[in-house]
Amino acid sequence: MSAFANYWRRFPVKAKAGAIILGLFVLAAIIGPLVTPYDPSFQNPSPGLSMAAPSAAHLLGTTQSGQDVLSQLLVGIRLTLELAVIVGVVATAASVVVGVTAAFLGGFWDDFLSLVSNVFLVIPQLPFLILLLGYLPQKGQTPTIIVLSVLGWPWGARVIRAQTLTIRGRDFVAASRETGESSWRIIASEIIPNQISLIAANFVNTVLYAIGTSVALAFIGLADLNSWSLGTMLYWAQSQQALQLGAWWWFLPPGLAVAFIGTALVLLNTGIDELGNPRLRDARNATRVAGYRVWPTDPTPVLEGVAAGGGRVGAFLHSFSRSSLLDETASGGDTR
Amino acid sequence: MPFILRRLAFYVVAAWVALTANFFIPRAMPGSAVQDIMSKFPNLQPSAYKAIEAMLGVGHPGSLLDQYGSYLVDVVHLNFGTDVSAYPASVASVLGQAIPWTLVLVGTATVIAFFVGTGLGIIAGWRHGGWADRLLPGLMFLQAIPYFFFALLLLELFALKLHVFPIAQGYNGQVVVPGWDWAFISNAIQHSLLPAITIVLTSMAGWMLQMRNVMITTIGEDYVIAAQAKGLSSRRVVFTYAARNALLPQLQGFGLALGFVVSGALVMEIVFSYPGVGLLLLNAVTSNDYPLMQAIFLVITFAVLVANLIVDLVIVLFDPRVRAKEVTAR
Repeated sequence: MSAFANYWRRFPVKAKAGAIILGLFVLAAIIGPLVTPYDPSFQNPSPGLSMAAPSAAHLLGTTQSGQDVLSQLLVGIRLTLELAVIVGVVATAASVVVGVTAAFLGGFWDDFLSLVSNVFLVIPQLPFLILLLGYLPQKGQTPTIIVLSVLGWPWGARVIRAQTLTIRGRDFVAASRETGESSWRIIASEIIPNQISLIAANFVNTVLYAIGTSVALAFIGLADLNSWSLGTMLYWAQSQQALQLGAWWWFLPPGLAVAFIGTALVLLNTGIDELGNPRLRDARNATRVAGYRVWPTDPTPVLEGVAAGGGRVGAFLHSFSRSSLLDETASGGDTR
Repeated sequence: MPFILRRLAFYVVAAWVALTANFFIPRAMPGSAVQDIMSKFPNLQPSAYKAIEAMLGVGHPGSLLDQYGSYLVDVVHLNFGTDVSAYPASVASVLGQAIPWTLVLVGTATVIAFFVGTGLGIIAGWRHGGWADRLLPGLMFLQAIPYFFFALLLLELFALKLHVFPIAQGYNGQVVVPGWDWAFISNAIQHSLLPAITIVLTSMAGWMLQMRNVMITTIGEDYVIAAQAKGLSSRRVVFTYAARNALLPQLQGFGLALGFVVSGALVMEIVFSYPGVGLLLLNAVTSNDYPLMQAIFLVITFAVLVANLIVDLVIVLFDPRVRAKEVTAR
């Protein structure tokens, strides 16, 4: 536990914010469907409950046909996150396999696998997905997961291949090869552990892609419209003109849920980036030296008046301060 | 092989993959488009099956290879078959009306987003932690929102509540007639403003974040420090030393990100009922108009491929390393 706490403390602020927001949604996805106040598909026939504004009985109001929006939202978050995580795991695994294989085999197979992933990268995804799903006789969670996974791996494969190539050339890999380790062992215990943060970032990206794409697909009607996901909620809200009729409680929650999950993932990813590349870290960077804002990218200022006043004690105290680093004196202590 | 020829070969392969996928998907999928249409109109006689087959062009005679050959010939001649929902118009003519709208709107907005985002990224990277850097979390939120959702919110606020912008469509058919006169063009511009703003706002953050990160890394390079040590002005160091080199990965990303931006913009068009390819795609999906769906997929793919080729040409122009490699390779 303390190891975890230690790790958490070193997390950049952005990553912490992302992890917390995401955690809330994951929690909602896990326990949400168990505590829904109503059956999300139940259409309450009483006329007062058609597009009713939020009330104590219906915390997020109702839809046109009297369904409870909160119940739909809770079920929808589960369905959307479930899809995204499965796609994330499958596609990331595929990109690790393809990327590492390409980098390790080299030669023809490297060229071939790189060509395949580049071709898939350059073909625009959404029209391709629409074509694929459009021809499928039944639309639903499983076909969407399969199609998104099949098209979701090339970017990761490209990045992981490049990283594997650089790691492969390092001394510690050469050393373990000299000691007679098999290729598989080198891959499993040298290569992959050394790019775990890259793989994590790739997973987060894929989840983000899966959420965005699946919601967009559902919005244009390419999903099982009888199930409740964030995308199908938006589809129904849009097709029943929720916004034009002023039913914001029906339209805003699913959209904001997608937006917050997305932001959380982007934040998490930026955080992972910063963990790996300290230069990107959100340094509260500009320091104030003698009334000037000094940025790390500025040339070292040569300021004439930076000398501390106040006699010996002042000079002594000043020598501990950050700005004393800017004092350039020949003897290194005497500021006079 | 020179860089450009190599890239050209790559795009030819990509185009071939897209064409082939487009050919095989309808044939590999369970169920059939014809069956779908038959079940949609229950009062059709079973004898209509052959007629629909002929109309969609799916019932080609001959072996698979023959069909593939005639399909390629058809595509070269821009013969995408007959449109199902706008029967008897040809798919090519229906598409031809929609493409200019999308090309102008999405093209312009994407280029603007790229330049504004890159510019902000330069500032954010240079003044790391400054005002532009602090915009970033907000912009990330905009980027994480689905395009169409953000578009709907803007539509509600600016068109329905404040009446600043028109609600939908590419132009007001009751006021102007399409043509090359000022009345029509100004009306069309007015209608395109809100969609364009949506695209710019939502896609800007991606460019900005990438440019910022590359800028920060570039600034640490020795040649930038050397430029500063020489006493060059900040502006010169930023633009001619740091940003110029940081721009190259950004350009390479531009080509690859284009597919995503275009996809998002397509869905956004649906919200604004903009008479472009996106709205056409929605109609094709809802009415099971398979020939149109296939043609749209091909057109968008080819547009993205051509845009990528242009980006590659620009990279050759900007990056001396690419040119140098060619010289040494020879």
